[in-house]
Amino acid sequence: MRIPCPYCGPRDAHEFSYLGDATGTRPKNPSAPDAILAFHDYVYPRGNPAGSHRELWYHTNGCRRWVEVSRNTLTHEITGARFAGASIPDASVPDASVSDASEKEAVS
Amino acid sequence: MSRLAKGGQIDRSRPLAFTFDDIAYQGYFGDTLASALLANDVKLVGRSFKYHRPRGILTAGSEEPNALVELRSGARREPNTRATTAELFDGLEAASQNRWPSLAFDAMAVNGLLSPFFGAAFYYKTFMWPKAAWEKLYEPAIRRAAGLGRAADGPDPDHYEKAHAFCDLLVIGSGPAGLEAALAAGRAGARVILAEEDFAFGGRLLSEKTTIEDDTPGAYVTRAIAELKSFTNVRLMVRTAVFGAYDDEYGALERVADHVAVPAPFQPRQRLWKIIPKRVVLAAGAMDRPIVFGGNDRPGVMHAAAAQTYVNRFGVAPAKTSAVFSNNDAAWRAAFDAHDAGASVKAIVDVRTDVSPEITGGAQKRGIRTILGGKVVSTRGKTLGIVSVETGHGRETLYVDGLMMSGGFSPNVHLTCHHGGKPSWDETIAAFVPGKCPPGMTVAGAATGTFSLADCLADGGRKGAAAARDLGFSAADPTPPRAESEATGQKPFWWVHESKGLAFVDFQNDVKAKDVALAHKEGFSSVEHLKRYTTLGMATDQGKLGNVAGLAILAEVSGRTIPQTGTTMFRPPWTPVALAAFAGHHRGPDFRPTRPTPSHAFAEELGGQFVEAGPWLRAAYFPHRGEPTLRDSVNREVLAVRERVGWIDVSTFGKIELSGPDVGAFLDRVYINTFSTLKPGKVRYGVMLREDGIVMDDGTTTRLSEDRWAMTTTTANAGRVYQHLVFCHQVLWPELDVRMASTTEQWAQIAIAGPRARDVLQGVVDDAAAVSAEALPYMGAAETTVMGGVKARVFRVSFSGELGYEVAVPARHGEALARAIAKAGAAQDIVPYGLEALAVMRIEKGHVSGPELNGQTSAADLGFARMASTKKDYIGRVLAGREAFRDPRRPSLVGIKPVDRTQMLRAGAHFLKPGAKPTTGNDQGWLSSATWSPTLGHSIGLGFLVGGSAMVGEVFRAWDGLRGTDIEVEICAPCFIDPEGVRLRG
Ligand SMILES: [Zn+2]
Repeated sequence: MRIPCPYCGPRDAHEFSYLGDATGTRPKNPSAPDAILAFHDYVYPRGNPAGSHRELWYHTNGCRRWVEVSRNTLTHEITGARFAGASIPDASVPDASVSDASEKEAVS
Repeated sequence: MSRLAKGGQIDRSRPLAFTFDDIAYQGYFGDTLASALLANDVKLVGRSFKYHRPRGILTAGSEEPNALVELRSGARREPNTRATTAELFDGLEAASQNRWPSLAFDAMAVNGLLSPFFGAAFYYKTFMWPKAAWEKLYEPAIRRAAGLGRAADGPDPDHYEKAHAFCDLLVIGSGPAGLEAALAAGRAGARVILAEEDFAFGGRLLSEKTTIEDDTPGAYVTRAIAELKSFTNVRLMVRTAVFGAYDDEYGALERVADHVAVPAPFQPRQRLWKIIPKRVVLAAGAMDRPIVFGGNDRPGVMHAAAAQTYVNRFGVAPAKTSAVFSNNDAAWRAAFDAHDAGASVKAIVDVRTDVSPEITGGAQKRGIRTILGGKVVSTRGKTLGIVSVETGHGRETLYVDGLMMSGGFSPNVHLTCHHGGKPSWDETIAAFVPGKCPPGMTVAGAATGTFSLADCLADGGRKGAAAARDLGFSAADPTPPRAESEATGQKPFWWVHESKGLAFVDFQNDVKAKDVALAHKEGFSSVEHLKRYTTLGMATDQGKLGNVAGLAILAEVSGRTIPQTGTTMFRPPWTPVALAAFAGHHRGPDFRPTRPTPSHAFAEELGGQFVEAGPWLRAAYFPHRGEPTLRDSVNREVLAVRERVGWIDVSTFGKIELSGPDVGAFLDRVYINTFSTLKPGKVRYGVMLREDGIVMDDGTTTRLSEDRWAMTTTTANAGRVYQHLVFCHQVLWPELDVRMASTTEQWAQIAIAGPRARDVLQGVVDDAAAVSAEALPYMGAAETTVMGGVKARVFRVSFSGELGYEVAVPARHGEALARAIAKAGAAQDIVPYGLEALAVMRIEKGHVSGPELNGQTSAADLGFARMASTKKDYIGRVLAGREAFRDPRRPSLVGIKPVDRTQMLRAGAHFLKPGAKPTTGNDQGWLSSATWSPTLGHSIGLGFLVGGSAMVGEVFRAWDGLRGTDIEVEICAPCFIDPEGVRLRG
């Protein structure tokens, strides 16, 4: 199989590592009351469509970009590929403003 | 000798000597093993799989089911090779297989006498019980009786290569259609690969005499190849079988040196090609198929098309006196060619009553008797001697030593099916023709069911030009070379009902017409069931010859048409591919690259014993004279570090360089603890989770300056962690201004550990004050120089629990650094220590490692609960808080000592309460790591126990059902040495 990497051009699938379903989005609010359910849905259930699917591939032996590939799981036909994450307008931004000064060196 | 006096495309000036079953014979350059055997009147070449029936050469190509032989000897012995495709070379040793004690007298042929009992599904029905008898009795006996060739005696001494090729158009097959397709696209400027599985180009043109442009087909082939060779955009690949159509690419096997006794130095035996074409023209031709009649497997019965090949291409008459049994015109032409070459043809038996005068005239002209509407019902002889024919006016016996059989032609649709396309039934030619093809593939010539030479030439040219146009080249349909439009009449015919004796459908798996009927009677009427029940089509030839006849017979006995009954599907490979070709160079020590550490050569000089650690080769220990066991060396190394000082190469740790203003924020999101507060020049230990809350990895990260950071990961997870960080950055948080690069191979890193570590370190750094106790406190880092100006990073960290430093230098200086440290430490009596001593010290210190970070444990299980920040989000935080991870019954990390200190703990034992039975319900956890502690003088361990640290002081049992041990153990804190950390802060 050949994957059209947006950076490197069409390359052998053996150069890539497969992650899987690209349709999930990391929940934005870890403090929400239903956060565990939301993360559960993000981490575990996976669509396994017989047909067109959006998948994450990592170009391990190439440009080391994560690539979102649209692939038909029945025919293996690839209809598109783009840089993963690049086009997501407001990605999950955790609350990073808090410093944790009380924290000690954990391992001696 | 059956070699004809003249003719054929063999080089009679180059005789080749070979042996078959230790008897010496001679053939010529250009022969196959099969043609050379036939030339020497060797008709019996093998025994069948199940009944050990004597078998001869049936075909002249890769579809051969009978003539499977062993080639070569010793480590190069190669079983199940088709004699029909094995190219003859001087000194070839070949042997028949599946016979005992000899080919001529096979004791196992008794299976044939018992064949009424050896019917379809015989094995399933007979050997179902008792179960014990299967292993002890039936299987060994069956394995001896039913088998193919023997494997090689030793590891394959040859090597195999893999290669990629790219082209605009891949043409598969170099018969008339393939040559014309390649010429049309090649002339248009397209990059063309023409792949031919045979050792000569030309396909059927090598076997036939139909003229092209008033010249021989051979002359046409020579001209076409010469023109193709003149194009720089065309690549000709001979001895290259395209065996599979995969996604966007085709698998092909080039037999680079199968036709010589031993490959030349550095020459691979075979080369596995991955060909990536934009378009494909499949010109794979068609295959003569058998007729099912009594004794159709007797040596001497041969496909008419094959007989024609032996006569025209190899100058061999397969028989002195032949008869023909056919349903089509092409078989008659084969008979004419044999007759014209000087072999006697006694009669042509054709099931048809209406054969065109053009064809019958040919027989008349030659004085060959014809029996129209006739059928062969049986054959006799050890090799063929007698053929019994139902003439329509009674039975007649023909005394012949050859029978040319032809049941019509099946297009070679094999590769068209590899993407799931189903061939469709064409009633007019009674054959399957290509259905939906893989993307970019068109089929040309006889493979489409177009059988006349003129049509094949024209079709190939059109398809080649169309493919080129499709890719933007300008190519008009070529004018095909002028050729005869020979008669291609035929009438579907599969099975002689009046057959006497065994009538075979699948020669290689000994499946008979009766077996197909029996399968239907027993309810296996679907093609897929038929296949499994009778093993039809499941031999190494994949039913190339027999499948259609089997399907036709099933259709007939079940009262359905062939399309109603099913279709015949093919999966890769077209011809068998040796596993060695798939392995290529990746075998033995070359299975994957060996990565020695930078100090490897020095460690070797010091007598280091090496072990594979992930992708690396690392020193495990450094035995001294007088140390009989590994334990002695390891104990000495551990005590030396604890009492004095030691060094170890830790370059294998994953290293990731991060830079940018947002690295601190980024690390806060990937580690459970906070890094954004870390001051430049400081190191912090961190733990990373997977998003599901399980610990992924641990390691230290250093803030070198405001926006430059250096992370280390465990050796095992170096690649995984890097990939994870890249994912987090690119996919989750692309807005963070962070750059990262893996620098594992760029930095060599040597650890110095022990009370005298600082003295040693100060002997290698250029500025001793920069690493003084005050300048570089515990968990501090400094960028400095060593060995007179070599850029270095010094981290004051400790895995052993002793005063420790890790010194990193550019990898090319790693060996020099190790030597410098050893030299500087000589006065301190420094020792090199290996992975084994490191593992002992980390257990003594209670540091978790692979057995604890096993993909099932949470941060809390490992005692890191207090490290986890509650004030920020990070990967894994939310799911680490789910119910299962908060269960108080969840085992967590503890230290273990045997109550009787002389007893030895072994990892893998389970914890039980005193007196409790060893049941799953009573299981209290497990012992993950154990070692002998030379420092304490007894065995110690780490494990996961229900209740964890609350159980400290309690006594449990470490029960090991596998090793049969049951030891009382005392629970303690998981740090056996210097829990306050005085030594490492010293
Ligand atoms: Zn790429």
